Formats: sequence, structure tokens, C-alpha cells
Amino acid sequence: MIAKQSPNQPTKQSSNPTAKPSPDQPNHTPRRILVLGATSGIAEACCRLWAERGDSLFLVARNSERLAAVAADLRTRGASYIDSAVANLDHTSIHPELLAHAINSLAGLDIAFFALGVLGDQQKSERGFVEAGPILHTNFVAPVSLLTWLANYCAQRHSGTLAVLSSVAGERGRKSNYVYGSSKAGLTVFVDGLRNRIDREGVRVMTIKPGPVKTAMTQSMKGNEKFADVETVAATLVKAIDKGTDVVYVPGIWRIIMTVIRAIPERVFKKLNL
Amino acid sequence: MPAPAELQFPPATAIDEEPPFEGVPPFESWGRYPAYGATVIPLHWQGDFPRAIDGVHHGALAVGMGRSYGDVCLLKDGTLLQTTSMNRLLGFDAATGLLTAETGITLAQILDFAVPRGFFLPVTPGTKYVTLGGAIANDIHGKNHHSAGTFGNHVTQFELVRSDGTRMHCSPTQNPDYFEATIGGMGLTGVMTWAQVRLKPIVSRMVDFQGIQFHGIDEFLDLTQQAEHIEYTVSWVDVTSTGKNFCRGIFMQGDHSQVPAPLKPSAKPKLVFPVELPGFALNKLSVSAFNALYFNKQMKKRATALQDYEPFFYPLDAVLHWNRMYGKRGLLQFQYVIPWEHAREGTVAILTEVAKSGLASFLAVLKAFGNVQSPGMMSFPKPGITLALDFPIKPEKSFALFDRLAEMTREFGGRLYPAKDARMTAPQFQAFYPQWERFARYKDPALTSSFWERVISGGIK
Repeated sequence: MIAKQSPNQPTKQSSNPTAKPSPDQPNHTPRRILVLGATSGIAEACCRLWAERGDSLFLVARNSERLAAVAADLRTRGASYIDSAVANLDHTSIHPELLAHAINSLAGLDIAFFALGVLGDQQKSERGFVEAGPILHTNFVAPVSLLTWLANYCAQRHSGTLAVLSSVAGERGRKSNYVYGSSKAGLTVFVDGLRNRIDREGVRVMTIKPGPVKTAMTQSMKGNEKFADVETVAATLVKAIDKGTDVVYVPGIWRIIMTVIRAIPERVFKKLNL
Repeated sequence: MPAPAELQFPPATAIDEEPPFEGVPPFESWGRYPAYGATVIPLHWQGDFPRAIDGVHHGALAVGMGRSYGDVCLLKDGTLLQTTSMNRLLGFDAATGLLTAETGITLAQILDFAVPRGFFLPVTPGTKYVTLGGAIANDIHGKNHHSAGTFGNHVTQFELVRSDGTRMHCSPTQNPDYFEATIGGMGLTGVMTWAQVRLKPIVSRMVDFQGIQFHGIDEFLDLTQQAEHIEYTVSWVDVTSTGKNFCRGIFMQGDHSQVPAPLKPSAKPKLVFPVELPGFALNKLSVSAFNALYFNKQMKKRATALQDYEPFFYPLDAVLHWNRMYGKRGLLQFQYVIPWEHAREGTVAILTEVAKSGLASFLAVLKAFGNVQSPGMMSFPKPGITLALDFPIKPEKSFALFDRLAEMTREFGGRLYPAKDARMTAPQFQAFYPQWERFARYKDPALTSSFWERVISGGIK
């Protein structure tokens, strides 16, 4: 089920994943980064920044044409090394083989960035579990499988950063998106717990909670022209990932907004249209 | 186990079923006139078209940054496919300067990539906030038209996707007729997914600039001749003055500096024009005052400077949304080219008419086009003089002036630029571009624009 990426240009730019640093940032040591869900808007924007500073990237996504376009872009922007795999990460049985292959290709791992996820359709999900189930699977079950494997890999080596995109939607159930929100709530608690377990082993585990961001995923949402700019969000995330910040709200204002939203008493909240 | 169908692709077309959201600002052209409602669907991936227009019956049009002035980038009550998220670089060869990119990338994004690597656009318009696709579809020109031709002269190949799903690789040798029809084809021949353009090497961001005052058309023509060997030339002209100051202006010329200097990326602009000025703010007095100030800002007859490329090529890009200066009603652009045979008399006649009308033009740009032939079938430039004017919209007065100027352009054997037009009539367009019938054979049946509807479907003569 893992198809090796074979775009028209050769996939590997250099045979040495720890190639020379980028000319723009001569002091930057290239990082080896695994990106799961590499065609997501936030992931692609982060990857551009990583590529521009000369990092090495292994990209995983479902759609081979889209993946080829993203890989070509990152190669052109200056990534030291690009490899990729077309895979549907809903299939948890392929995870161990895929992850081992990616780490082998990168000759190690510094950062794993989790951007797999679907918004789903709340209205359809309310009509039947057949809609809700796959959302929970893609957003929660699949990342749990990947994280479990990677956490053990990193803990053994006492190194690595696991940066996981959750969402502010996971902080309180709202009628407009509680299926998506509950999948992210589960993910948040899982990642928080994982950090509690392996931070002491020297592994950074990051819970990232973006507010609404202008990407392909949110293009059909109301008011999306007011959403955060994906380039700004990516710049914040790349910096935070370098530091290994435990919990990141992006844009930062969402930490305050969610504090307020969590503080609303349920007898009031349940009557709101949010 | 195959994944459930709904998980195969993100819902790129989910918006199809939805009406346009309330409160979303409509897609505007840069002149903000005319203003039409339309559904906007972003294209994120090369494979999104034609799937994105499944079930669309009122026509569609690919659009980018909306920097053309009139209605070539509008489609009343139709579907606009905005390409700006489809902005990936697909390859760059520093040995040849060939850059391949998705067509929603802007020239600003190309410069951010290319300048630090020692490359520059082969041709650039007066704003860098246009997409690669828009640059090809309008076959844009710049200050180096006399030496480099149009943007289309530097495009080596592209992919054109038709609404029936056909994907065509177009170059001067592959599908050459679609190559020619698409360059300057106003987005009507299909959707370009990616294109390749040849960049040129530079060693510095700086431009050796010279500004020279001139009085009258003959001094302008002399300066043009003397500057034949200089890569970039353009003139600002004061169209408000009459008598001894008639057709005074500043001839601006420049070459990329040959002295190596650091190729840093550009800073992001910080100024945003904050509010819409009321309609009366730009009047004859304020614009005349501006023109007098601008002319006399340069005290000497001749001034030289080493100038960064940003203010040299993109002086107005420093202020985002500068079109708000023209208020809610927007602005009208008018740009003609008149072939050499009648260029001098035509330009004098039109400038006289403009000065006589008392309708102020804030920015007037005069330039001589060169002889480089564009591959574009519907390309605007041809050898001669081009003049671009803009006016705040005052329907009762500026429309009448426009119609007179368009008719004069026709009498002098010239033509108008669709990317800057909101007024030309069907008979005028068909006289300006007699090749339109040949071009129409390459038009995609599912694509159209308000411009095309106005100049063709509105009345074939």
C-alpha cells in the first residue's frame, strides 16, 4: 500500500541526507523532518520555510499528483533532501513499515510533524455514524497509531520532537463542529499524556492548537476571509518547533479566546449558537 | 481496504453547492469598475480544474490577483476560479534561468525566490502583485518593451487544461496555435496550470537611473531615440497643463547595475492606503497641483541616481490598496497604442483632447513600443507610441471623454488594451483586433469573461 513516489523528476536530490546548510542560513544545521499529511495547507507552508533553510524532508500524503507538486516546490526552494511516499494513513497496519522506511531514508529523525486530518461534514455526521466514524479514525485513531510507534523510537534514543496539529475546536464541544472537535479533543489529551510520559526521556512532544486558518480545508467555512494567514501561522510554528514549546496556540490570541470560552457556565453555553 | 470515498480527497469542490457567503467582499478588478457579483472558487491543485466547475452553468473564468483594471478578470453572476493558492515552484535551472511554476504564483513571489539567486523577471509590469498566469493571459509589457518585447516573448512552454479535461502541453513547437492563442488570450482558451519562463541574470538589486525633463512630444521622441540602447525607458507626462507646458514630462531610463552588490530579498510593504477617499478629493485642482509638484520635484533638467529595483519598477506597490484613493466609484484606465505612422499626431490630438476636457488624470505614462513581435495572437503592443491614463469615475463626464478618445484611437489606426478597459464597444474591439474571429476558434466553450461578453457576444459586427 505504500507507493514509492516517482514524479517525472528524480525524487532524491542528493544521496546524502545531511547535506550542506542553505546559503541563506549558513549556521543552520539541517534538520531531518518527517511530515505526515504533507499536502495539508499548514504543513505545506511550514515545509516551505524548512526547505528554504535547507532542511531534509520526508513527505507522506494520499494523492500522488499533489504530493509530486509539493515535493517539486520544496526541492526547488532549496531542501537538502526530499523523499516521499504516497500512503493512506487511515490504514494503521502500514504504519510501522512506512515509518521505518522514512527514518531510514532520512538517516534519522529530528522532527515528526503531524498534519493529517479532515474537517468532515458536521451535518452529515449528525445523521449517522457512517459519516462520523471516518473523521474520528483519520483525526484520532491513525495519529495514535503513528505516535505510539514514533514515541517508542524517540524515547529509546532520547531525542526528537513530535509536533502534533490538534485544534482549538478540541477545547469545548460546540454544535457546529463537535465531531471534528471531539476527534481533536481526544488527540490533545493523548498528546498531553504522551508528553507527560516521555518528556523526561528527552523527547519534545508538542500540542499545537491552531485557530481557524485560511487553507483548502476551511475554504467552505463561513467567514473564512477573516481566518489567520497560513504563512504567518507557519512562521510561528517553525519557531515554536525549534524551541519545542509544550502547548502552542496559534495565532496566540486563541489562548485568551479559549480561556474565555472554557469559562462560560454550561447552562449558558448550551443555549449558545457557536 | 480502499478508503471511504469521502476520505479520498479533501472537499475541494464542496463550495459548489453553497451560495456566495454574505458579507464576503466581492472579487474586484483594480479599477473597481464595473462591480459584479460572482462565486469565487479557489483552485489549490493542478488537478482541480475542470472538476471545480462540475455543475456550473453560467460560465467560469480563471482569475489571479485582480490587478487588471476593467472587466477582463470579471464574470457577472458567473464562477471565478482563483488561482493564487496554486503557487508552487516546480523547477529552476540556474544554468539557463528557466523557471517552472504553477500559474497562481505572483511575480512578487518569483522575485523573492529569484533575486537572492541572482535572477530577475525578463519583463515586468508596474506592479509585482500579478500572477504568472495573469501575466501570460494579458501578455503584459514593461519598461523594456523596446528591447525585450512582451512577457509572452519569454515564455517557453505551459500546460493548458480545457473544460473537457484535455490537458495540452503548449510551446512554440507543440500545439503552437494554442500557445499563440493563450498568450494574450485573456484566460479564455482554458486554464493554465503551470508555465515556464526564462529569467535573466542580475548582479545587483540596483538600477542605474536617469530622469530627464522634457517639454513637448518632439523632445520626448528625441529622448526615446537617444535611449534605444538603454534597457528600460518610460515617461511620466503631465496631461493637465496646456500652452508652453503642454506635454511636459520626465523621461525615466535605467539599466540593471553591473556593479555586484548584495542580493537581499525585498522587505514586505508596510503601508496600506487606509480609507476610501471621498469622490471629490481628486479634482482638477488637486491633481494639477500634484502634477506641478511631481514635475518640479526634479529640480535639474537631468538627474541620475543608483536606485533599488523596488521604487524603480514598483513605486506604487509600496502602498497596498492605493486604488482606494479613487473612492468607491473607482477609476477608469485608458491605454492606447498608435502605430508610428500616426503616433505623433495621434498622441498630440489625444493629449489636447484630455487637457481640453478638464478631467484630471493623476498618472499618465508615455512610452515607445519596440519592434519585437509577441507570439500572442491577441497581444496588445505593436510598434508605436502608447499612452496610459487614469481618471476617477464620473459617469456623466469621463465616460463621454473615453468614448471620444477610443474613437480617436481608432481613427489613428491604434488600439486599446483589454486589460485596462471597461468601456470599448464591440465594433471598436473588432476593429482593433480583426484577428478575433480566428482567436475565437480556440476559446474554451465553458470559459468567458464580462469583457468578452461585452465586446463579442454583445454584438458581432
